[in-house]
Amino acid sequence: MPEFTNGNIPVVTGDTPPVRGKLVGQDYATPDMVAKVTGKSKYSEDFRADGMLFAKLLLSPYPHARIVNIDASEALAMPGVKCIVTKDELPGAADYITDLGEKIEADKRSDVGLAMEPMYQGEPILALAAVDELTAADAIEKIRVTYERLPFVVDPFVSLRPGGPNARTDGNTWARPEAAPGEEPGPLDVVEVKWTEEDFKEYAEGKMPMGKPTDEWSFGDVEEGFKNAALVLDETFATPNTSHQALEPRTCMAYWQGGKLFVHVGSQSTIQTVPAVARWMNMSEDDIVVISEYTGGGFGAKIRGTVQIVIPAILARKCNAPVMLRASREDEHNIGGARPSVTGRVKCGFDKDGRITALDMYTVADNGPYARNGDYSNAATMVSLLYQPPAMRWRGITVLTNTPPRTAQSQPGGMQGITLMEPLLAKAARQLNIDQVEIHKINAPEGKARFGPPSGAGAQAYTTSCFMKEALDSGAAMFNWKERAAASGTRNGSKVRGVGVASSTFVGGSRGFDGLLVIKPDGKLYIQTGVGNLGTGNYSDSQRVAAEMMGVPWEKVVVTWGGTNKNLPWSCASGGSQTTHATTRAAHAAATDAIAKLREIAARALGGRPADYLVGGERVYRRGGGASMSLAQAAQRAIAMGGRYDGHELPEDINKITATSAKNMAGQGLMGVARDNYDQDGRAFSFVAAFAEVEIDVETGSYQILDFLAVADVGTVIHPSALGGQILGRSMLGIGHALGQKWVYDQHLGIPLAKRFYQNRPPTILDAPVKMQWGALNIPDPETPVGARGIGEPPVASGCCAILNAISDALGDEIFRRAPVSLDMILTSLEAGKPVTEPMTAHV
Amino acid sequence: MAVFRDVMPAFELFQPTSASDAVTLLAEHGSDAWVMAGGQDSFDWLKDRIKRPKVVVDLSQVSGMSGVRDLDGGVEIGAMTTLTTLVGDPLIRERFPILSEAAGVVASPQIRNQGTIGGNISQDTRCWYYRGGMPCYRAGGNVCYADTPTAINREHAILGADRCVAVSPSDTAPALVALDAKIVIQGPSGERVVDAEDYFIGPGIDITRMHVLKPGELLVAIRIPATWAGTDYYFEKVRDRPVWDFPLVNIAAVKVVNGGTIERIRIVLNGVAAHPWRLAQVENAVTGKPADESTAAMAGEMSIEGAFPLRHNGYKVPLMRNLVKRAIRGVQEA
Repeated sequence: MPEFTNGNIPVVTGDTPPVRGKLVGQDYATPDMVAKVTGKSKYSEDFRADGMLFAKLLLSPYPHARIVNIDASEALAMPGVKCIVTKDELPGAADYITDLGEKIEADKRSDVGLAMEPMYQGEPILALAAVDELTAADAIEKIRVTYERLPFVVDPFVSLRPGGPNARTDGNTWARPEAAPGEEPGPLDVVEVKWTEEDFKEYAEGKMPMGKPTDEWSFGDVEEGFKNAALVLDETFATPNTSHQALEPRTCMAYWQGGKLFVHVGSQSTIQTVPAVARWMNMSEDDIVVISEYTGGGFGAKIRGTVQIVIPAILARKCNAPVMLRASREDEHNIGGARPSVTGRVKCGFDKDGRITALDMYTVADNGPYARNGDYSNAATMVSLLYQPPAMRWRGITVLTNTPPRTAQSQPGGMQGITLMEPLLAKAARQLNIDQVEIHKINAPEGKARFGPPSGAGAQAYTTSCFMKEALDSGAAMFNWKERAAASGTRNGSKVRGVGVASSTFVGGSRGFDGLLVIKPDGKLYIQTGVGNLGTGNYSDSQRVAAEMMGVPWEKVVVTWGGTNKNLPWSCASGGSQTTHATTRAAHAAATDAIAKLREIAARALGGRPADYLVGGERVYRRGGGASMSLAQAAQRAIAMGGRYDGHELPEDINKITATSAKNMAGQGLMGVARDNYDQDGRAFSFVAAFAEVEIDVETGSYQILDFLAVADVGTVIHPSALGGQILGRSMLGIGHALGQKWVYDQHLGIPLAKRFYQNRPPTILDAPVKMQWGALNIPDPETPVGARGIGEPPVASGCCAILNAISDALGDEIFRRAPVSLDMILTSLEAGKPVTEPMTAHV
Repeated sequence: MAVFRDVMPAFELFQPTSASDAVTLLAEHGSDAWVMAGGQDSFDWLKDRIKRPKVVVDLSQVSGMSGVRDLDGGVEIGAMTTLTTLVGDPLIRERFPILSEAAGVVASPQIRNQGTIGGNISQDTRCWYYRGGMPCYRAGGNVCYADTPTAINREHAILGADRCVAVSPSDTAPALVALDAKIVIQGPSGERVVDAEDYFIGPGIDITRMHVLKPGELLVAIRIPATWAGTDYYFEKVRDRPVWDFPLVNIAAVKVVNGGTIERIRIVLNGVAAHPWRLAQVENAVTGKPADESTAAMAGEMSIEGAFPLRHNGYKVPLMRNLVKRAIRGVQEA
């Protein structure tokens, strides 16, 4: 059984007792909990500044057009209207200079916040600032814009057809130009790719055409693998476009003071928003202050704030007043980011035991009009890891469409790739008469599992550790899988029950960030963090590692977060489920530095060598008894000693932002400051096994989830209840993709039809199964000091696919060819005896 | 002129404290006035700046327009009675449980707390082209955007379409039609009472309205006669999400079955047409027949005669058929 589960008393298993201290592995109330439940927490929209104006956006009514003329004279003449801004006044995309002085050239075609050639219906064209929102809204209605309409397309396969329209005037996909032998290909560029009529000949039968790709890779002998297969399946499946729909819209407020730009914005990464804003505004990082205390969800669409922050920033400068751009739900649909639909065709060979012999995968993604979205490619990488095919080929293309920009959404690409595979795997198990858990286990990665395309030298990357099989076994035992699987598909009146299992994986960590803390003469431990506070609790949870290591009770720890004027270190971006891994390492590094300094101070004050001293119980004490001093006393001494002890001398390898913050805090106490330089051999990934039972009414096609369980291999558990919240919360995000969440567009008009929650149907709390359980193996990752990895994203695909697989286990394989699976698909397919809903038309 | 959404424009707000004051205000402002009950439909229209009334008459302060009372063995329900009240009202639960069941599956708990019975039966359609502000027939134009070769019309009508293919989204409306309820309307010239069945109208009668209320008129109460009090009933709502969703199709049936034989029955569906769709011919055909599988099958097939699905709503045909079967013979258990 997993060590941690909800509702159960934890049971320690295995030979190596996991890290479980007074703080690590224990539940507690996070520092922001009271503020959140009492409504005192301030999100960007809750801030007000004297004389603040409100901005509103004028949106393109057309999916693709060129602005010929803007006449705002009538609007600007209205009382209370201050000014407007268009794209021409925005700084535009600036080149990016990295820490190492490398210049990354800006993509001149990226989304800068406003457009003079809008490329989707709802794209912002201009912003107007006025004394209040009503005035701003009334004024926008008085602006006359003259458009020249341009060709548009909202469906990737329509654009790929011979003579099909392009979303951009310069093409319909991103590719690197072909290089001469021995030369590096040039940078990514927008190009036109059209497939042939011959490529489309099986389209009407629901088989995805596979014309010329822009990318491909392979390893192993795929043809040989198919030859040796006992079963070969060739399946087309499509995943939906879904908005991120964070409950907090991307409202942002900006003002200028003393030459500095202050911005209030929801961000997944407070400190990393500074260089992003610097780049968007083409100004120095030193002149930017980001305030982001609370963020109401990001899911990948607020990783470094939002590019729209430039709008109030420029308006504020122009009007000489603070400006708030209060984003509406409609704005969120347009500019809030979305996961791209990926349509895939997978040919997969299995031996008689269910082991994959070869996998040939083709992915086509709906990119939106701007920067290349990598989901179509990431999909294949994650599939290669999760199912460990001995031979695999991937081909893919991401097609530009006149729909809102796509951005990373929880488990980007991984969610779609795994969702293309899981129904196929379940079908193979049925055809080979193998248990569903067994077919997942026989193909599961373990240990240092290899994945992705081979590098130039022919080697694949590999993981740090993997206990996918253990997660499947644990889950199967908790779920009573065998007994329930035996009854799956049994009809009871008009009701049929089915059980499903799915596995999933995603990146579980990054490294190389800084930790910064100070023990002050008041005996308290002050810990600084630059991560965002986006609801995961990480800003606080990971810091408990430092407190644990130094033996400081949590009551004496002060965590500072949420404003770059508060001396924050350079921390990781909270995306890609990297945070727990990266921040526990940084906390460990800073605490290790502080402990070393404490021992040096004690040795110098009390005699002996530093190695004679230990830190614990709020003291530095001599091994085996004898002299000791309190942390408060040591802090006082550190200030007296100065130099590296109190932050006047800093390590050379820390980020310049950390260095600035540390300098500001120098002299306040004993400083622990260090970059995470810990080695790591493999790459950190986390794993989840999910189980679900559904009951379907065959007379209406409607179904409900009776029971759901997810078991995670996520390394050491830091904060059990927060972990459980992530596992089940993100499972729900995935379940939404199975149940009904999607975009709907009218292809002829190029307009979105499902813009509101009741139309695009994200799952609500009342959609969550009443019975929902989680578990975590709590097996430490061997290649990170605390053993902890991230969990935000891996549960998404397994949440979605456990439901899909339960439906097909109840009703068979001839029901659905795309997700979400709505009741009309089930009902019409049961009536017809074959899948009725075709898989490829976009946005239906 | 640019289109702008999601900020409510200015209007003059009246909050009368009596129904007669409300009627006076409505008479005074005529078609410039918008009647608002719980606001769950109104706020959408207002925030999207698609409906632009000069005057909003908010009924929230009107006294005497909410609550349930006995009326000769039936009930009278004030139009401002919230859906949550109907769900829990003992008189409704005892005499007309079909109505409390229907009210209990409307939208979400929050919306049921705010939404009223009068508003629920008078709300506008949710056709997403129309709600999106397209200049369609229902909006006074001369096109139906939901009935084109590329239109996405999964939630639209399979019956009774006439240029417009929008459907009525109410869950309580079919229950009230099944119960033969009477709608009490006050206007400048006094009170009139119409059958629930006649309250709802299709595009053939008026393509811009879904009910018979004229400008200046106010729905004040709903009377349900004792005719169907305490009888057997069947209600089911089929929707995509188990909460916060309109019906794809719903069905409300009241019936008296004696010794296995259907003595009398009324069957009404919604979500299939622009108004609650009563199956009068089916009712006639099954009366006197056993409430069994074969009668159910016959009724189901009969119910979908004339159904004309669009590109994406073909599923509504078997769904309607199956729901009618269930209304006759119940849900099949083991």
